[in-house]
Amino acid sequence: MWQELYAVLKDRNFMVVAVAEESRGPEHARQWIEAAKPEYWCLIDPAHRVADLYGMTNVPQAVWIDEQGHIARPTETAGSTDHFRRMDLTTRTMSPEDQAARTAARARYLDAVKDWVLSGKHALGAEAARRKLPRITPEIARAHALFRLGAWLRSHGKAAEGDRHMGEASRLHPDSWNVWRQAADLDEVGKASGQAFWARVQALGDKPYYPSPEL
Amino acid sequence: MTILLTESGEYVVAARDGLWLSAADAERSTGWTLKPEGMCKDELCVPLPATATRGGEVDLAALWAKLGAPMARDDAGDVWSLGTAAETRNAALDGLEAPDFALNDLAGTSHRLSSLRGKKVFLATWASW
Repeated sequence: MWQELYAVLKDRNFMVVAVAEESRGPEHARQWIEAAKPEYWCLIDPAHRVADLYGMTNVPQAVWIDEQGHIARPTETAGSTDHFRRMDLTTRTMSPEDQAARTAARARYLDAVKDWVLSGKHALGAEAARRKLPRITPEIARAHALFRLGAWLRSHGKAAEGDRHMGEASRLHPDSWNVWRQAADLDEVGKASGQAFWARVQALGDKPYYPSPEL
Repeated sequence: MTILLTESGEYVVAARDGLWLSAADAERSTGWTLKPEGMCKDELCVPLPATATRGGEVDLAALWAKLGAPMARDDAGDVWSLGTAAETRNAALDGLEAPDFALNDLAGTSHRLSSLRGKKVFLATWASW
């Protein structure tokens, strides 16, 4: 997904770290990683640890980290848009206008990353970065602990019990698409993009699925 | 035997009466060390009630409750997920230091984020679902 970006910038003291939030494990991510032939880090995160640490709720989201290990831009949508919500569900296609708009938005985001690597542009000062940080509540913290437990039980043959904990995690952290969609995928591959998913997206109403990073 | 899912990984420990562990197992799995002052990690020490320690053993459940950190266990009580308190997460993020982690690549080789110090890092998540 990021190979083009990385290829252009790899000699500039830059690394892409792509983390697969993949509770089914490395084999489930392998085909996509091998197809991308990435030269950057591709890591597997079955317990969704990175989402926990960085307050992430969806994929793709990204954090920009500077050379001193400081957060230059906290968790935000990484180039994706809400155009998919207007998809024709019978044909599974988007209008040419929406497709073009989506492609343009992604290109703008990748250009912004390039600008940052080359000149430091778009890095946020401390105050601005703090204002954009996600706020972790006790409910969200508990949701992550329950998700971890549920994922472990699922991968050790205790599907029903695992699913129960994941359901509780989702109730405690309803804004997390990672929790809800991973739980659905563990139940059945494809379920994360099925009818229940579309219903949940529609229930957002005017709220964004992918809030804009406002670069 | 009991399995603990903690910040640093998955550990097999001997636990009894809920989550009473030897101080050694507690330190190995959570990074919290039993000292006269209480349980300590990095610069922080948390005093524990007298009922939560006993001859080189410590009640991890009592520590987690004292930390205000979430804890979840399976029905059989064999697997415990020891999470991080919201306040701890927020304080860490507020400092704007990118939280460190180590994860495996497809070959099973571990890579640590902080080893990239000196480079700009674009950390992005994705999923097949």
